[in-house]
Amino acid sequence: MAFMNSSSPHQRQRRTTSQIMVMVILCLIPGVFLQSYFFGIGNLLQITLASVVALGSEALILKLRKRPVLRSLKDGSALLTGLLIAVSIPPLSPWWIVVIGTAFAVIFVKQLYGGLGQNLFNPAMAAYVVLLISFPVQMTSWIPVQSLHPFSLTFMDQLSAFLSGFTLDGYTVAQLSVSIDGLTMATPLDTARNALHSGFTITEMLNSAEFKASSAQAIQWVNVGFLFGGLILLYKRIIQWYIPAAFLAGLVSFSFIAFAYNPDLNISPLFHIFSGATMLGAFFILTDPVTAATTVKGRIFYGLLVALIVVIIRNIGGYPDAVAFAVLLGNMCVPLIDYYTQPKVYGGRA
Amino acid sequence: MNQQVEEIESQQTAEAEQGIYKELMYQGLWKNNPGIVQLLGLCPLLAVSNTLTNALGLGLATLFVLTASNSLISLIRNHVPKTIRIPVFVMIIASLVSCIQLLMNAFIYELYLSLGIFIPLIVTNCIIIGRAEAFASKNTVKHAAFDGLMMGLGFSAVLVLLGASREILAQGTLFDGIETLLGDWAQFLTVTLYHTDTSFLLAALPPGAFIIMGLIIALKNSIDQKAEK
Repeated sequence: MAFMNSSSPHQRQRRTTSQIMVMVILCLIPGVFLQSYFFGIGNLLQITLASVVALGSEALILKLRKRPVLRSLKDGSALLTGLLIAVSIPPLSPWWIVVIGTAFAVIFVKQLYGGLGQNLFNPAMAAYVVLLISFPVQMTSWIPVQSLHPFSLTFMDQLSAFLSGFTLDGYTVAQLSVSIDGLTMATPLDTARNALHSGFTITEMLNSAEFKASSAQAIQWVNVGFLFGGLILLYKRIIQWYIPAAFLAGLVSFSFIAFAYNPDLNISPLFHIFSGATMLGAFFILTDPVTAATTVKGRIFYGLLVALIVVIIRNIGGYPDAVAFAVLLGNMCVPLIDYYTQPKVYGGRA
Repeated sequence: MNQQVEEIESQQTAEAEQGIYKELMYQGLWKNNPGIVQLLGLCPLLAVSNTLTNALGLGLATLFVLTASNSLISLIRNHVPKTIRIPVFVMIIASLVSCIQLLMNAFIYELYLSLGIFIPLIVTNCIIIGRAEAFASKNTVKHAAFDGLMMGLGFSAVLVLLGASREILAQGTLFDGIETLLGDWAQFLTVTLYHTDTSFLLAALPPGAFIIMGLIIALKNSIDQKAEK
């Protein structure tokens, strides 16, 4: 009889991929709930369609590749990808946006690289970037928060805008994103960038009618929602703290450097942390076990690197939000980071 | 007796000749296609294939340069010392490309403008120097010219396929702007497949070129695999 002689921990909990994915999806709920509360039911329509398309294209390509279809569908990874895409696109964008994005993510970014665990890039973020550079108008038409809305949008209005691009009264989504005062209601990061480009300072921007009409508060709340879900993930040990902590710390310190250098031309660290996709990125996207760095030191580098790129793109780049681009650039560096951060084997030479 | 032997020999060589041409054609168009098998000249291939007209223009220019350079290099192959052959080849290719560039500048000015830097860049296209070095410098003029023609056709075919699929995806048209290449009579060739306010910009941008190129290569490989079975 052989005596198994392994080191601690002796008591562990094994989790299957599908259990992890389900936990991640459940932890998205607070953020998604707040998003739907502020931006309307269109958000849920996007999520439904994205899930259907994600599962459908996964099944299709698995069949083409002659792999077991049901087993891979059950692990929930395609569902999660679809969900992340649906959350990151504007709630009232037309249905084909989410269809193209999700199909691209699952077929090209995930399955053509070899399926779950083989992809170099985060599928949801790659799809987001594809959509953003292909359809910039639709991808930046965030409608204003419901309570600030000049028109009241019923469920049927949103459904109709989602399917045809027009509400029942015949308004386009572009018209909807203009308030009573005729001000375009962009996301706060958008507003900040436009203000800086047209020569205003940050202080002026913060006091402007445009900024007050933007969805700043709502997006802050959505970020809080994702932060809450992320903390549950941490508590449940689905993700480890290295990447989110390094990312958020990096974001604060890098943006603080810029802010301290010139507070009138750079947005503050607090603004950085609670706008755009910061919290969603920190806890749900950067921590993707497939595309993130795997060593402890590597994870910290990875988080810091992505934070640096986010700050650079947000502060001086041309695109409103930077998390997707930064994540893809970070993904590219992962093999290099992993190579140089291999931990020393106990007893081995340094 | 002697005459008979000669006749048989000439028959055999005629058959062998045909076999060589067939082989060259197969190599250039399919098995050793410069675009999708050797993956040479990717820079112009991906950069100017955003519309079918651009792709066709560059394909024809490359085809011409490749055939002419192969024949010229094959003509002088016995007179060039081995040590300086590469500079000589490059000089010949460069003068041919200058001819093409001046001709395009004179006769199809708009296409010349839209292809831009990629016309002079034909000089650096690896297919041309590659065929010169690997084939033309070792074979007779006839074979070298035919090889150049076939390799050029293979490259143009890939360019045209890529250009057509990108143009359809991005603009929903085919042969848009063909009159800049063929003259005003050709305008009827422009086909509009569908109208859209929101074009799929990705297909017109470089990443789209890479993705579609990958799909074309995959298609070719899967056809080969099916044929093997």
